[in-house]
Amino acid sequence: MNFVALRMLTGDRAKYFGLVFAIAFCTFLLENQTSIFANILKRTASQILDVTDAEVWVMDPQTEYWEQTKALKDTDLTRVRGVPGVQWAVRLFKGNPVARTLSGKFAVSFLVGLDDATLAGAPRKMLMGSWERLREPDSVIVDKAGYVLLFPGEPLELGRTLEMNDHKVTIVGISDASAPFVSLPVMHARYSEAVNFLGRERTQLSFIIAQPVPEVTPEELTARITGQTALRARTTDEFMWDCIVYYLKHTGIPVNFGITIAVALVVGTVVAGQTFYLFTVENLKQFGTLKAIGVGNSRLVGMILLQAASVAALGFAIGTGIAATFFEITLHILATRGIVLMWQCVALTGACILFVTVVASVLSIRRVLVLEPAEVFRG
Amino acid sequence: MSPNDLAVSCRGVKKHFGEGEARIEALRGVDFSAGFGELSFLVGPSGCGKTTLISVIAGLLRRSGGELGVLGVSMEDLSEKERIAFRRRNLGFVFQQYNLLPALTAAENVAVPLLAAGVARKEAVEKSRALLARLGLEKRAMALPATLSGGQQQRVALARALIHGPRLVVCDEPTAALDHANGEAVMKLLADNAVQPDRAVIIVTHDSRVFHFAHSIARMDDGRIVDVRRNGGGNHSGSSDGEAVKEAS
Repeated sequence: MNFVALRMLTGDRAKYFGLVFAIAFCTFLLENQTSIFANILKRTASQILDVTDAEVWVMDPQTEYWEQTKALKDTDLTRVRGVPGVQWAVRLFKGNPVARTLSGKFAVSFLVGLDDATLAGAPRKMLMGSWERLREPDSVIVDKAGYVLLFPGEPLELGRTLEMNDHKVTIVGISDASAPFVSLPVMHARYSEAVNFLGRERTQLSFIIAQPVPEVTPEELTARITGQTALRARTTDEFMWDCIVYYLKHTGIPVNFGITIAVALVVGTVVAGQTFYLFTVENLKQFGTLKAIGVGNSRLVGMILLQAASVAALGFAIGTGIAATFFEITLHILATRGIVLMWQCVALTGACILFVTVVASVLSIRRVLVLEPAEVFRG
Repeated sequence: MSPNDLAVSCRGVKKHFGEGEARIEALRGVDFSAGFGELSFLVGPSGCGKTTLISVIAGLLRRSGGELGVLGVSMEDLSEKERIAFRRRNLGFVFQQYNLLPALTAAENVAVPLLAAGVARKEAVEKSRALLARLGLEKRAMALPATLSGGQQQRVALARALIHGPRLVVCDEPTAALDHANGEAVMKLLADNAVQPDRAVIIVTHDSRVFHFAHSIARMDDGRIVDVRRNGGGNHSGSSDGEAVKEAS
């Protein structure tokens, strides 16, 4: 009877495509909104995740997220290096200088100052030039989005100069840095130079990044550092989640996106669920005929589940395909770079679609099971 | 005729719907029988209980009282699952509005009872096409119901009712939606193909034009059988016997 179920489903093309479209639309809406939400939150930790050399971050005990830093003492670096299990630990500076072009265009930037000797934390994804050129005097690496912001409409080119805090600096590389939460240029320079590109403060040490020795896990090392130095030490993942949680708690982003996602969920599920339920209701006469002929309840349930599963699978696949295409296109736009379709969002949406399908199927099955086969004689 | 020769035997069958003030007595003690090898007609005004009676006989509704034997089986002794299996094996249905599945071809519609019984799709459709050919629909076997005329659709429905060799065929107003010529044609096919020594056919109808096909005509009113006439074995030619029955009833 499986083929009868599928033919009943596909027989009325308009209804069938309506069902598939409803589920595809619901899938696209959910995957799209949840992925954008998750990716935007992930952007709050972009500069943390771009540092692939170190697994441990050490900071002032009051620091809650990347943007909020209180300078450490220079002696803190030595104290961290003295913790057993530390393979190496170096300084990392973070500041927000104003960068100006010769034409007068300027922008507040994220400036990351890297340890002069090791350049640990340098951007690894380079579009032009190389991160080793940071060893040259008064050099800086700018990310592509920042370059386009500072030099709109001009081709990517090394050797251009910027002015930061009365210092003339030369662009020696263009990186593909992950997009920050706020659309500002991301720049990398050596620590000793970076501190001069910003107004001088008494202490400049924003973070210490460290790497554990092979036999020590990052979690063990963070516990040791905190225990011995009273500084806050977090693994890269923990620090990323600190930033995400901070924005979730202290900004309106989750409320705004939450409402959008809730609307997508409600509209999508109601449309998809109701459409399938109505499809079954409109076919009650056919199910009644099958019941009268002697098709058992278990087989009818199987037919409805097969219909629901077929529509859900096809709609989900089409919706996911549209969402993937959407993100593939927007991935190449500077403003939306790095925003991808996350597998977690696909899984979550799949679970929602499954839930809707099950609910609609249960309601539909109930209508069919309570249907008196004698109804078929009533026309 | 002994009870063992009867396909259907009703003794004081009652059926009511609802309780209290909403209670409706649809059958008030029906005595009715249908013999093998016969076309048994149930006639009467709308709302007299004809459809309820055939629903009870077909096991689609449970009776409220009385005794009912169908093909030698007491329907009340069967569980719901057994009743469904009994219907699947032993009963064929023809409905007023044909009730064909619109997404299936004529041959596939006919094959549904075989598919429900677990016959492989290919074999079921082949058998269906052969039966449709016998009913003069060979060329329309792959057509969808929407592209068939009313007479053709009822012939497909008739084929569906017969494909699995049921011992009891229940028809509800099989000619009501057809013009006279098509009604005659369908009734003739029904009489020629459904009437077998080991098979019984019960037909509910208002259509006096086809009374001449009947072996017996039971007239119902207000939930009871009020009159039963024999028609001497049915007359497929459509001549005076039918009129005689009509007048008698």
